[in-house]
Parts: sequence; structure tokens; C-alpha cells
Amino acid sequence: MTACAIRTEGLTRTFGSITAVSDLTLEVEAGTVFGFIGQSGAGKTTTIRLLLGLLEPTSGRAEVLGYDIRSEADKVRGCTGVLLEHSGLCERLSAWDNLQFYARVWKLPVADRWDRIRELLDRLELWERRDETVAEWSRGMRQKLAVARALLHRPPLVFLDEPTSGLDPVAAAALRDDLAELAQNDGTTVFLTTHNLAEAEKICDRIGVIANGELKAIGTPHELREQLGSPRVRVVGRGFSEQVLAILRARPEVRSVARENGHLIMEPQRQGSVAPLVSILVGSGVQVEEVHPMRSTLEDVFFSLLGEEPVT
Amino acid sequence: MIRDIWTVAWREWKELFSRDGGLSGKLGLLIFAAFVGIFLPWQLGAAWIEAPWVTFFWAWMPLFLVTAVTADAFAGERERHTLETLLASRLPDSAILLGKVLATVLYVWGLTLICMPLGLVTINLTHSEAGLLLYSPNSLVSLAGLSLLSTLLGSASGVLVSLRASSVRVAQQNLSMISMALAFLPVVVFRALPLEWRAGVLLYFMEASISEVVIMLATLLAALDITLLLIAMGRFRRDRLVLD
Repeated sequence: MTACAIRTEGLTRTFGSITAVSDLTLEVEAGTVFGFIGQSGAGKTTTIRLLLGLLEPTSGRAEVLGYDIRSEADKVRGCTGVLLEHSGLCERLSAWDNLQFYARVWKLPVADRWDRIRELLDRLELWERRDETVAEWSRGMRQKLAVARALLHRPPLVFLDEPTSGLDPVAAAALRDDLAELAQNDGTTVFLTTHNLAEAEKICDRIGVIANGELKAIGTPHELREQLGSPRVRVVGRGFSEQVLAILRARPEVRSVARENGHLIMEPQRQGSVAPLVSILVGSGVQVEEVHPMRSTLEDVFFSLLGEEPVT
Repeated sequence: MIRDIWTVAWREWKELFSRDGGLSGKLGLLIFAAFVGIFLPWQLGAAWIEAPWVTFFWAWMPLFLVTAVTADAFAGERERHTLETLLASRLPDSAILLGKVLATVLYVWGLTLICMPLGLVTINLTHSEAGLLLYSPNSLVSLAGLSLLSTLLGSASGVLVSLRASSVRVAQQNLSMISMALAFLPVVVFRALPLEWRAGVLLYFMEASISEVVIMLATLLAALDITLLLIAMGRFRRDRLVLD
């Protein structure tokens, strides 16, 4: 296996006048969880379809596990697992039959099939219900079964398209934990798309942010927060009048300032310019009690990349 | 490759039986078996076995039965959102396509083959005065062979239509029209022929043995089957199927 599980160079796909994926260049290291985050319609699903060789790129190239997606698409599909936008399960069949079918598709040795299916269903707490038809199951259980199907043949790389979409928070958290554990145990590379930023922050080693088909940023969650997050501070105290706020807003080193739950949230233009601003506050009659640096979240990074304000 | 085709056919069968496993599905199959395996032989008696036209009935009848099953092949998967996952697997195009065709052919042809001995039993029970009535080996091979080729024709055209149909309903509507056309086109073409040509055709069929006609029909059906399968394989494109 190559050290780089996915490598793309200028990967582009257009549909008529619409560019779904534009000049995408990225690398995903083997054995890592890579999160691809973006809004609906940003180009995440099209990227997965391109990487699986289900769609031809308009231009650019990509290699998945060392195979070219144009000329060796069948080899790419032969060594990857997928959970696409829909679970893709045959709802008329039982969980057991669904996994049996894909075990046959992946040519799992007959002796190994039963053990592997049992192992996965046990880990996902679905074993007792294996003979029920999938149509009777909740969405959370179906998603779990689809994850089991994606990992059934122990692929070195798994594509998961919005795996927790539509699940309630408890089911989503459970699936996320299962996913992280399964991927870690099997040493699988995971390419995960999501618009759930907290989820991406929790389980991804590296993250790429895509908007309007373009890769806006890439790095570890920490790197993205450091590079793109704004250095905000929370000032605890008394006397944050409109007049004080107006004084701060007039300062060139202040990007934004707002009152929140009786505290003052300041966003300086750069790190290190906080102390003079605190002096201005004190000079304006504010009783400053505490000053806390605030850790940027991935959500802040995401919205700053999109040039939008987070919805509070 | 053969193993992959069987794998797809295995799942199709599982789905077919789970779909027809309901009361309405079972009732439909029972009504069909009762009509073709009991009612028709009972009404027609020895003619059901001996009349030359019965050979052509067996070649014609599966076309109608197969459309109800084969429309689901791709259109149904598209409706149930299972197609893209199947396309993202390691299965080759031909295995997916031929597996679906094989499952339909075995299902419909199997049902046809069940109706044949059922008809024999019915005739021998209801018309026992003529002694034991059996198919001749030639006629048995003709019936089984023509019904197989006809089922394959219906299945291949069904898969071809289902590849591009937006829903199972649309696929079924299109297939009904096609099967009607396939079944009645020879009659329409015959009536459109000039009078002398018609006389020539009739003379040929009157002079030809039933074996010659069966061989000619079988050759025509086989050629159509191969052509339709090749067209379907040519039109099977993963990117089109994903975007449809």
C-alpha cells in the first residue's frame, strides 16, 4: 500500500455550465481519518463519485491507493468500501442477507464470512436482530448496518458520505464512536464528508473545507483553528456601555466587538494587541475583572472561510 | 465472472421472493399457474398437447409474464436508492447486467416449466378416455427451448428499458407496449404484405414441417436475444446510471 491513500491534482468536474468540483488538489495519508466539510451542494458527493470512478473527471487526475481513477476505476472500487448518500441496503432483505450478498460480492472465503459478519454485527449490537428485514429498522440501525457493509471486506480505504446525516444526536454520537473504533482497529483510511463540524473536529485527523467546488483550506483541526480562527477574548467586568463599545469599534486594531451574556467579546485584528485594548477599557471607566482568550472552533474557521457570520 | 453473475442473480432471487412473498404476490402466481396449468389444459383437452399452435403459445406467453418482473431491474434499484452502492462495488458491468437477466429468466422460465407438467396432469385427469397423453420428446424440447428464448427476449428488452426508465411504473408501461408490439407485430406485418406474398408465406408454412418452423423461430429469437443483450451492455454506463 502507498503512504498516500488519495492524491488528486487539479481534479475538476463540470455539469454543463456548473462546476461541481474545481481544480481540487489534495493528499490523504494512509491510515488517517480525513474529513471533507462543506455545505450541501459544495461538491463533496461529486468528489467521492469521482474518486470511485463512478464519474469521469472533466480535467485533472487522481490516484486512489495508487490506482488511476480513469484507467483503473475497477481496481479502485475493488479495494474500497462505501457508504454513500443513501444507505444502499436492500430493505426487503434481512440484515444477514444484506451482508451475505456483499460478502459474496467481495469474495470473502466461505469459512471467514460467518465469523466476519458476526464480529461486525456483534460490535454494532445488531447481532440479535440479524434476521429482521431492514425495512423494519430505524434509520440509525440501518446506518450502522451500512457501516458494517462498508467495512465487511476489510478495505484499506472507506468513503463515508454524511454517515450521521438524519440521525438524532444520540444515535449520531454512537455511530461516530463505532466508526472511530472500527477504523482504528482495522487501520483503515477513512474519507468522510460531513456538514457536521463538531463531528469532523472530534474524529478527523485532517480536514479539508470545500465551498462551491473549491478547496478553501486543508490541515489538522488545530492547524485550521490556528491559521484561520480569529484570536477572540472574553472580558469579564462591569461598565460595558454603548459608548465604550463605540470607542472600541473606532479602533483600527479591533475587528469586532460585542456584548454577550454581560461579558464583552473582542476580536482583535492580530494576536498580541489585546493589552492596549484592555488599557483603553480601563481608561474608559470599565471595571475589568478577568480577561480570557477564547479558543476558536472549527465552526468559526468554516464561517470565516465562507465569509459568513455563524448563526447564533 | 460466472461467480459474480450468480452472486447478482442470488440477490435478485432473494428480492423477488421477498417481494412476491406477500399474499398478493403468492395469489398472483397461483392464479397464473391455475390458468395456464389447469384451466387452459382442462378446456382444450388433447389439443393442449397435440395442436401445432400450442408450441407458439409457449413462445408468446412468457413475454407478458416477464415484463412484470424485469421492469424492476434497474428502475426499482434507482427508486430504492440501492443502485449507486451496487455500482460502487467491485462487480463488473457485465456481471450486474447478466445477473439481473439470469435471475428474471430463471424465475419466469421456471414458472413456465412448472405449468407444463401441471397441464399434463390436468389433461390426463380430465380427459382420461383418450389414454395416457404425453408430450413427444421433440415437442418437449421445442416448448422448453422456445419459452426459454422468449423469456430471454423479454428479460433483455426489460433490462434495456429499465436502464433508462425513471421509475418502475414507467418501465412497466414501456415494456407492456414493447411486449404487445413484439407479440402482435408479426400479425400486423403479415396483413400489410401484398396478397401474393401472403399466399407465399402461407404456402411455406403449410408445406414446412413444424420442426422447420420451430428452428426458424428459435433462430430469430436467439438473434434478437443476442442483439438486445449487446445493446444493453453497450448502454450500461456507470456515470449515466449514477446521474440518472
